[in-house]
Amino acid sequence: MTDVTPATAPLLELREVDASYGATQVLRKVSFTVADGGMVALLGANGAGKTTTLRAICNTFVRTTGEIHFAGARIDRLPTERIAAAGIGHVPDGRGTFKGLTVRENLRLGAYLRRDTRETASDVEKMCAHFPILQKRMEQQAGTLSGGEQQMLAIARALMGRPRLLLLDEPSFGLAPVIVQEIFRILRQINRDERTSILLVEQNVRLALDLVDHVVLLETGRVVASGLPSVITADEAVRRAYLGA
Amino acid sequence: MQALLHQIFSGLANGAIYASVALALVMIFKATHEVNFAQGELAMFSTFVASSLINAGWPYWGAFVATLAFSFVVGVVIERVVMRPLQGAPALNTVVVFIGLLVLFNGLASWIFGHTMREFPSPFPPAAWYGSSYLSPHEVGMIGVTLVVLTIVFLFFRFTRLGLAMRAAAENPHSSRLVGINVGWMLALGWGLAGALGAVAGMMAAPIVYLEPNMMSGVILYGFAAALLGGIDNPWGAPLGGFLVGVLENVAGAYLVGSHLKLALALALIIGVLLFKPSGLFGKTTVVRV
Repeated sequence: MTDVTPATAPLLELREVDASYGATQVLRKVSFTVADGGMVALLGANGAGKTTTLRAICNTFVRTTGEIHFAGARIDRLPTERIAAAGIGHVPDGRGTFKGLTVRENLRLGAYLRRDTRETASDVEKMCAHFPILQKRMEQQAGTLSGGEQQMLAIARALMGRPRLLLLDEPSFGLAPVIVQEIFRILRQINRDERTSILLVEQNVRLALDLVDHVVLLETGRVVASGLPSVITADEAVRRAYLGA
Repeated sequence: MQALLHQIFSGLANGAIYASVALALVMIFKATHEVNFAQGELAMFSTFVASSLINAGWPYWGAFVATLAFSFVVGVVIERVVMRPLQGAPALNTVVVFIGLLVLFNGLASWIFGHTMREFPSPFPPAAWYGSSYLSPHEVGMIGVTLVVLTIVFLFFRFTRLGLAMRAAAENPHSSRLVGINVGWMLALGWGLAGALGAVAGMMAAPIVYLEPNMMSGVILYGFAAALLGGIDNPWGAPLGGFLVGVLENVAGAYLVGSHLKLALALALIIGVLLFKPSGLFGKTTVVRV
C-alpha cells in the first residue's frame, strides 16, 4: 500500500468512515484526504463504494459512522443542506437536474445560498462561457435537454454555489467522447483558475488518471491503495486488478 | 338565455371559491403527493377566527389579513408537529391522520364557537357599483379577490427565490438539499400557504353558505373535483378546474339534475376524471429525455 499525505492541512478528511444502507454495510473504515486545491480520483470496480463515499460526505441516503472533516470543521453529523453551505458542491449520480424547471432556474438554484445578486449574474455568464449550449437552452425545461447537456447543467449548477470542493459522480457517463474531453478540460480550468478542489468518481480510468494528482483505490468498501497516479499505475497487480489495463 | 347567463356567471363566482380550495390541495399534493382531506375544516376554523375578530370590533380587512397570518401559522405547525413524524409512513397512515385532523378541527369549532349558524359579513356592500343583474357585488368581489390571490401566488412562485426553492423542493427533494435548500421548511411553508389559501376560500364562501362547523363539507368536495379536473399536479390547471366546476355545477343543477343532486354531480365528476383522464384536463405532461 502506497500512501502520500500532503504536507498542508487537507481540505477534506475522512477518518475510518463506515457507511451502510439499512443493514447492508458498504464502506468499511474508509480514510483518505483531499488537499486544498487538489484533484483526487476515487477508482474501483462497480460496487466498490465510490458513489457511497460521495453520499457519505454529503450525508444523503446512507448512514455513516466515523469522522468527516471539511475546512477544519466536523461535518459528518450535519444535514445535507448545511454541508452544501459549508462549501461542498455535488454533481450526483444520475445528474439530479430539476427536470421540470428551466435551465436558468436550475442555475439560480445552484446559487441558492448566495446573496451577492450581481456576482451571481456574472457567474451565470461565466457558466455560459464554459458551456455555450446552456445559453441557447436558457429558458428551456431541463428535462428537454440531452444527456450531455444535462451533465453540463449539473456541473454548472454545482459551480454556481462557488464550492471549495466539487464532488463529481461519473461525469462522463453515457456521453460522447468529444463532450467528455470538453468537460474534463473545463474541470482542469476551474481547478486552476478558482482553486476549486475536485473529488472525482469515474469509470473512464485513463481520463481520470490524466486529470488528477492523487488516486484512492477502493475495493469492496475498503481503501486498498492511495497515491500519485504514476505510482498507482506503476503497480502491475493494481493495474490488472482494478484499472483494466 | 338570460337565465342561462345568470347561472354561468354565478357559477363562476362559486368557482372562485373552488379555485382557491383546489389550489390549496394542489400545493400540498405537489410537495408531498398527499391529498389533505382536512383542508376544508381548516378553512372553516379560520373563518370562525375571522368572525370572532370582526365581532371583537376589528375592521373587515384587518381581520382578513390577521386570519391569513393565523391560518399560515396553523398550517406550518401542523406540518412540523403532526405530518413531519409521518414522513415515509404508508399512505394509509397519512390518510387516517388527515381524517383525524378533519374530525379534530370540526369538533374544536363546535366546542369553541358552537353549532348555531352565524352570519358572516361580506366586505362588498350590496349596493356597490360593480353589482349587476347577473352578479351581486359580493360575487364580483369574490372573483376579484380570488384572481388577486392567484396572481400573487403565481408571482411568488415564478419570481422569488423562496418560491423557486419551494418548487425545487417539491420536484426533487434530494437535489434541493444538495444546493442547500432546507426541504423540511419548504414543506412547512407549503402547508402554511395552503392554509392561508383555504382561509380565503372560507371567508369568501361564508357570506353565502353561512358560518357553521360543516360549512365546507360541500365546498371541499367541489374543490377535490376541481383539482382533479384541472390536474392535481398542475397549479395552473386546478384553479381553472375550479371555475369550470362552478359553472358545471350551476348549469347542471338548473337544467339537468336539479339542485338536490348537485353534490352527487361533483362525485360523478371525480369518478369520471379518475376513470377516463386521471391526469386531468390540464395535467402537465413533462417532456423528459433519458
